[in-house]
Amino acid sequence: MHSVSVRDLTLNFGSVSVLKSLNLDVEEGEFIVLLGPSGCGKSTLLNCIAGLLDISDGEIWIRDRNVTWAEPSERGIGMVFQSYALYPQMTVRGNLSFGLKNQKLPKAEIEKRVGRAAEILQIGPLLDRKPGALSGGQRQRVAIGRALVRDADVYLFDEPLSNLDAKLRSELRVEIKRLHSRLNNTMVYVTHDQIEALTLADRIAVMRGGIIQQLDAPQVIYNRPANLFVAGFIGSPSMNFLPGATVDGGRSFRCGDHTLDLAGYEGGAVLDRPSAILGLRPEHLDLRQNPEPGRSLPAVVEIDEPMGADSLVWLKMDHRQISVRLPVERRLKPGMQVHVHVDMSKASLFDAATEQRI
Amino acid sequence: MADRPLPARTPAASRLAEGPRGARPRPTLSRRNILLYGTLTVIAAYYLLPLYVMVVTSLKGMPEIRLGNIFAPPVEITFQPWVKAWAQACTGLNCDGLSRGFWNSVRITVPSVILSIAIASVNGYALANWRFKGSETFFTILIFGAFIPYQVMLYPIVILLREIGLYGTLWGLILVHTIFGMPILTLLFRNYFTSVPEELFKAARVDGAGFWTIYFKIMVPMSLPIFVVAIILQVTGIWNDFLFGVIYTKPDTYPMTVQLNNIVNSVQGVKEYNVNMAATLLTGLVPLVIYFISGKLFVRGIAAGAVKG
Ligand SMILES: Nc1ncnc2c1ncn2[C@@H]1O[C@H](COP(=O)(O)OP(=O)(O)O)[C@@H](O)[C@H]1O
Ligand SMILES: [Mg+2]
Repeated sequence: MHSVSVRDLTLNFGSVSVLKSLNLDVEEGEFIVLLGPSGCGKSTLLNCIAGLLDISDGEIWIRDRNVTWAEPSERGIGMVFQSYALYPQMTVRGNLSFGLKNQKLPKAEIEKRVGRAAEILQIGPLLDRKPGALSGGQRQRVAIGRALVRDADVYLFDEPLSNLDAKLRSELRVEIKRLHSRLNNTMVYVTHDQIEALTLADRIAVMRGGIIQQLDAPQVIYNRPANLFVAGFIGSPSMNFLPGATVDGGRSFRCGDHTLDLAGYEGGAVLDRPSAILGLRPEHLDLRQNPEPGRSLPAVVEIDEPMGADSLVWLKMDHRQISVRLPVERRLKPGMQVHVHVDMSKASLFDAATEQRI
Repeated sequence: MADRPLPARTPAASRLAEGPRGARPRPTLSRRNILLYGTLTVIAAYYLLPLYVMVVTSLKGMPEIRLGNIFAPPVEITFQPWVKAWAQACTGLNCDGLSRGFWNSVRITVPSVILSIAIASVNGYALANWRFKGSETFFTILIFGAFIPYQVMLYPIVILLREIGLYGTLWGLILVHTIFGMPILTLLFRNYFTSVPEELFKAARVDGAGFWTIYFKIMVPMSLPIFVVAIILQVTGIWNDFLFGVIYTKPDTYPMTVQLNNIVNSVQGVKEYNVNMAATLLTGLVPLVIYFISGKLFVRGIAAGAVKG
């Protein structure tokens, strides 16, 4: 049984197609993160699941029930919004109980649920305040509480942390994770922040232009990006891309005058491709004094940026810029000649024409 | 300018180079101030003088008025003209003063204001938050309605009211006021409700609130300022209306403005300037009181409509 199942969902705003025949199955209790650049249709997809937008084509199922045309309140969902969206003239208690009153639940039951949510989120002392008298972090807690009291099957979050400052954001992120392990509900979480995605998700759906590019566990997304877009979008600083060609029947990668041995590459059949792109994450590279034929590329140190735990070294290689992450103890002087050693087992190779991983 | 980064210098040196900070203190009697306040005083006097003349005249007896010095304060203050204006002044038809018109106006204004605001706010809410099919077209037509000169519609409405049997009644006039207030009020409410964040509306939908629950429990409590603006617009507009009143009602249902006109223009006997002045002041009193009570809320509402948030 899928908790949420989106089938061939298409959504057009007038003549603009925002979601294109999109499919997504979410397992019971799973934490799914929809990740993508701003404007790629994440919120639109979430609003479709919530029933806040009328879809153009396709179906939406929640817990084996076709809810494509059901009202938002009948879908068994709770939702948290980016702008908190608390009712300004109601107290926190009023905000939490508004939906329950609309459901005509008995007073005692409302009291019980509000009390429980307040206890989980530690907002008990705030219950009689108005939202205007709360800080940003407290408001977002209340907004989460308002979703919790609904006892929903599925919780939907639309960038809930992006209005908060960095410190609060990481605090609440941990709290949301704790909440998920405590409640074990299905959660669909929209963000454009890859740290949030990588830390929270059971699976990440990377979206671009209304299409899911890759749906996988965070480690897979990170280590085996399905295409150039996913590879470039995830990771900070971004993956290094070396354009070149595969030669020798797919055994080597040629980039300018240099050749790298593809023996350790973990992927499909490489074959000879006239234009390919080798993707190397900064943390999968090492700098050494001596070359190793087929495994290293010569480069010149440009800038060394110490960042506390590690440092980021920017190198010039054939007019191309490359970043390497090193332990901070290793200081390098600008102008130094070094050799970049490549761990091919962690590299990603893409076909330049299709942009797909090989 | 204030946050331009300054080159590093010793604090004392930089302060010297920078010169004194803050706005330059102005002498209270600078040429600029004299000119400014002089102009303002003249303009204020220009607007206040007629009011002053009206007030003093209304407090004088007729013999004093005949002396002809309209600016002189009353030698002997009398409230007799006010009493007469309210209860005894004659039009060509009756002699019970403005009181009859006052109560007619109350009976016209209160239902018109309530009806028009109730309908227009729901209209504006529906147009702003529930974009139904054809809502844009509907809105365009409504706005267009605001620009049709209403002289064009005077006579057709007479026929319309006659056909439905409301011509010459208070309810006929109430209907007319409600309809004519609709375009501008709907626009006012629509613009205000559009500035309410959309996510709030979505949250309420997830919480199971329908059209009316969202309207009454969420939108109305958030919108007190705009309701005040609408009330002021409508009360003053309808209270001050003369044209519709004179056309669509009959003598015993004339609103206060029409009654005032008839008292002032009645040609029996001598012109009682003091009574006329008192009657005019009485008629203007209601909008004045409304402004004084709600001036602050009015400004807040106008600002809230103009600026998001
Ligand atoms: N009501 C709307 N009318 C027209 N276009 C819209 C509307 N809402 C969103 N869009 C467009 O749909 C695309 C996806 O929007 P959205 O789902 O909000 O993106 P995001 O991934 O940033 O949440 C954007 O290009 C946006 O311009
Ligand atoms: Mg969004």
